[in-house]
Amino acid sequence: MKYIPTNKFIQSRSLTTTINNLQEKEKSTPQYEVTFVKKNGERIKVTCNEGDSLLDVVLNNNLDFDGYGACGGTLTCSTCHVILKKEDFDRLPDTPTEEENDMLDLAYEYTDTSRLGCQIRITKDLNGLEVCLPSSINDARS
Amino acid sequence: MRASNFIPMRVCNHFISLKLFNSKVNSFRSVTVCVIGSGPAGFYCTQHLLKLLPTSSIDIYEKLPVPFGLVRFGVAPDHADVKNVINNFTKIGSDSRVKFIGNVSLGKDFKLQHLQEAYNIIILCYGADQDIELKIPGEKLNNVIPARKFIGWYNGLPHDQDIPINLDVENVNIFGHGNVAIDVARILLKSVDDLRKTDITENSLSRLAESKVKTVRIIGRRGPLQVAFTIKEFREILKLPNVQTIINPELFENTESILPDLPRPRKRLTELLFTTTRKSQTTAQSDKKLFIEFFRSPTKFTGINAVNGVELVINKLKNLHDISPELQQIEATCQKEYVPCELIFRSIGYKSSKVDQEIPFYSSNYIGKLRVLPGVYSAGWLSTGSTGVILSTMSNAFKTAYEICEDIKNGIINDKEDKPGYNYIKKILKKEGKITVDWQGWKNIDKVEIERGKYRNKPREKIVNVSEMLEIGGRAE
Repeated sequence: MKYIPTNKFIQSRSLTTTINNLQEKEKSTPQYEVTFVKKNGERIKVTCNEGDSLLDVVLNNNLDFDGYGACGGTLTCSTCHVILKKEDFDRLPDTPTEEENDMLDLAYEYTDTSRLGCQIRITKDLNGLEVCLPSSINDARS
Repeated sequence: MRASNFIPMRVCNHFISLKLFNSKVNSFRSVTVCVIGSGPAGFYCTQHLLKLLPTSSIDIYEKLPVPFGLVRFGVAPDHADVKNVINNFTKIGSDSRVKFIGNVSLGKDFKLQHLQEAYNIIILCYGADQDIELKIPGEKLNNVIPARKFIGWYNGLPHDQDIPINLDVENVNIFGHGNVAIDVARILLKSVDDLRKTDITENSLSRLAESKVKTVRIIGRRGPLQVAFTIKEFREILKLPNVQTIINPELFENTESILPDLPRPRKRLTELLFTTTRKSQTTAQSDKKLFIEFFRSPTKFTGINAVNGVELVINKLKNLHDISPELQQIEATCQKEYVPCELIFRSIGYKSSKVDQEIPFYSSNYIGKLRVLPGVYSAGWLSTGSTGVILSTMSNAFKTAYEICEDIKNGIINDKEDKPGYNYIKKILKKEGKITVDWQGWKNIDKVEIERGKYRNKPREKIVNVSEMLEIGGRAE
């Protein structure tokens, strides 16, 4: 493993994390999988613990998504915006709160199946969830 | 080690291409970058450049001894969560490739020309530190206060600590319908006890505790469909205890038919404004009142020494058919109105200063162009004008960083020439006998502020005086 520059390369990092997780966390917490699909089509599959929010998943796996989760999951920004498939959006246990919708109003590339990652918790039902990330660069003048 | 056997071929290939990529990046080794301004635009530019050009060195210059710009001096003290971005900025500022130089000003301590000699790339992102004036008679009367200065005052901005504000008044008018106007109104109407645990300065807290303000009017020149504040800020003010928000329902007579066609953010905000009009008729009486008023432009502030009222002209929409409701313009009618008040805030936007004559402004209040001059770029409010939330500034700063890298790739920037970077500027500062604050100096100031905050159960007690900041964190160059 030492030949892989883990601080530079996401996929190898997620592999490392997966291995570490497997070694360290053969505990009681169930492990699930989540896939993030970047704007350029790159797919990043990672593991997470039951109850982690998508923001936790990004942070725990050191995923290098530009500016993701700027406010630390306090519903005061919309940088953790994710876009779900219609069927996934519909099967989430809760609909966005007023406060989440207020922040989604400011999100770029908003769609009808947009949510904030800090508000989605991964449970058994959502194992294997796949979400898309909007692009992080938008021209404020456009 | 066993795990290495399981690395799929795909990963190995990526590794090889990464090495190639790295060697390409290494050709940028000599790139020295300076960032002028340490607000969100500056830090987000730095973050993205460190990622795209890992071998660059980036010097961040700041006019004040302390970093973070409007996150420290603009974001309201009761919006502590918004300031969480500081955690990320702190990581960036602590990076070995980044140098922070506080208490130095472009245009005063050195010129743009000096920066051009010292650096391959210059990013101007020093924000918008002036406010746009109404340009009407009476604007210089006492107790006509720029909202920007009021915000600087309660947030501890050193040069706004002596604003001559008299809060021993009952009626306040705020002109402008943006988030800044909402912030000013909220700080005036909120119970002081709810501000005590924030990082608001002790001086402004004690002054606000003596405030007699009962009625606040937020007055805009256009209508409810054109307000610039965002729904989160508006909803927050509606929830203030003991404050009744009042909006004239007649303004919404024709809006219901337009609602379905509005973009989602505008639609939700308009619905909330509309719901508020109905609530304002039914809610029980509160001690304090907030009026949101529309279609009114001030034409004159009256008074002898201090302001005692405002003359307004009533506007109407031009209702142009080919323009969306949000962008509709207004025209004045011949109807006039007079509203007595003892304190006025002007909150109609900020503008940037041209700190060096060599910096071209393509718009009247800001630069308005990402590529300013060869090797000189802009980001944040200086680049786009004072609009948008931190997300918009982040995105804009990333774009500036991205375009810089594109220009390097395309050979537009001369990155081959070794530039002296800070060593060059240091000589100029040394000659002047300038005291600067480096990242460790800021850490020392930060520590003292947090310590002082502990006594008062606050996250920090900001130091509001430049010389005290320099005593703690400054050093001679």
